[in-house]
Amino acid sequence: MSDITSQSLFELTSNIKEKKLSSEEITKAFIDRAEKSKKLNVYVTDNFEKAIDQSKKFDSNPNFDLKLSGIPIAVKDLFCTNGVRTTAGSKILNNFVPTYESTVTQNLWSQGAILLGKLNCDEFAMGSSNETSFFGNVQNPVGENLVPGGSSGGSSAAVAANLTPVTIGTDTGGSIRQPASFTGTVGLKPTYGSCSRYGIVAFASSLDQAGPMTKNVRDCSMLLEVISSFDQKDSTSIDYKRNCYSKELSKDIKGKKIGIPKEYRVDNMPDEIEQLWKNGISYAKDCGAEIIDISLPHTNYALPTYYIVAPAEASSNLARYDGVKYGFRSPGQNLIEMYEKTRSEGFGDEVKRRIMIGTYVLSSGYYDAYYLKAQKVRQLIKKDFDDAFSSVDAILTPSTPSSAFKIDEKTNDPVSMYLNDIFTVPINLAGLPGISIPAGKDKNNYPLGLQLIGKPFDEQNILNISYALEDKINFKNDISDWWLSE
Amino acid sequence: MSIDLKTVKHISKLARISIDDEKANKLKGDLNNIFEFIEKLNELNTDNVQALTSIAETTLRFRKDEIKSENIREKILKNSPEENKDFFVVPKVVE
Repeated sequence: MSDITSQSLFELTSNIKEKKLSSEEITKAFIDRAEKSKKLNVYVTDNFEKAIDQSKKFDSNPNFDLKLSGIPIAVKDLFCTNGVRTTAGSKILNNFVPTYESTVTQNLWSQGAILLGKLNCDEFAMGSSNETSFFGNVQNPVGENLVPGGSSGGSSAAVAANLTPVTIGTDTGGSIRQPASFTGTVGLKPTYGSCSRYGIVAFASSLDQAGPMTKNVRDCSMLLEVISSFDQKDSTSIDYKRNCYSKELSKDIKGKKIGIPKEYRVDNMPDEIEQLWKNGISYAKDCGAEIIDISLPHTNYALPTYYIVAPAEASSNLARYDGVKYGFRSPGQNLIEMYEKTRSEGFGDEVKRRIMIGTYVLSSGYYDAYYLKAQKVRQLIKKDFDDAFSSVDAILTPSTPSSAFKIDEKTNDPVSMYLNDIFTVPINLAGLPGISIPAGKDKNNYPLGLQLIGKPFDEQNILNISYALEDKINFKNDISDWWLSE
Repeated sequence: MSIDLKTVKHISKLARISIDDEKANKLKGDLNNIFEFIEKLNELNTDNVQALTSIAETTLRFRKDEIKSENIREKILKNSPEENKDFFVVPKVVE
């Protein structure tokens, strides 16, 4: 049997059910490895002691009928976990202990999973490199001083470094797919309304979705099956029949129509990414798919639209952090001064920047020019996809315009940081499902991803195409464990 | 269009985030760069486009207004920066 921590979720669940491994053995293996991997800085809060207790409890009275029986899982620190500190990567929530559980994490525990701990992320999920976290940078296991992507950077690094079998992240503009691409892992953002947002620290409510981050496509289908559910507690949760994604997973994509949007061929895109895309197209053809050139004419307007809509929603959502009921407080002579000092000292620079943008675009006299304009362009972007999906079943694009960059390389230029999300943001604006799968490497040996975009609620289709492509691509991450300490 | 220092300070007041002059100047630069990038939207004529107000095509559901959680008052108060028995404490508001 291969080393426990390098096994896929599928292998671990099988080994537990066949009693080849106990939950305690698995849990301890991941904890041991985490203790030697502090250099990566993936954990904000660990739950190791409790996790071992729970694994022993599982082993003494095992229930093998669940989908994640006895499997330890670490999650992004944006999911509220009852009784376990939840920070959203921010000083302002540094000491916050939720009294409730997010629906998505509850779904994990209801299927027998055990919480390993909370994973680092950009502050309030605002960032593309995990550098805005109050708890410091995360190292990408792919190479030293390389960012793991963001905002789910602790999550992507933890999966790539074998510190959790799988994890869940959140994606508002690419925060699952971009870090997956940077670390050679699989990340899926479901259709808006597929996974409940209840108990997830809110960033931009019309864009946020939770989703699986895994080593491979099969694990991704298994985890999506667990976390996607209708929830009364989220007014935008949609009540529809969800597939048994892992059971219906198939490599047969013969006759599927896959669209290639010409607008995703951006200026200055490295040749390697162009080549990666071409390879993906030829693999899809090899599998019997039909390739169709399509146009998504408003693609170039997606990022500017996003940088109005997302900060506007964020400025409203983050109004609740005022130092009164929970979190950090800085004392003031009066109430207003207390608010202003609390928010000034409690939020980091990027979060403050976005609150300021959002406040400005929603302020009197500017609402029509910015926010309303953006909501109209958002309609046009959605219509582009609606039109395209009348002739294709899925769309294939690169996941990101570059591979992982160095820590500190882009921190002084917000706009260049924002450009990272150029291929992922349109999907959130249109509420569609998208998945990033590892598809190759650049000249530095850093991973690169391909993205498949599906029709609303058609996760099965993009999972199946990914499953077929994954087989052809046969990606190997070859991570050297350079960070391990004794 | 460019955002001046006065506007930056006005926004920071609205957002209830205190900033000093040095930070305000830095933010002015950042915000102008970002808005220059956002202005691209003005290339598009959207006169006859209906604004997208909801991405999930659902109607809001009604439910009974029932208390489902247990009494967690103590746990909730534990999270507050300053507590006094059953209340959240803030600086004096009424003179």
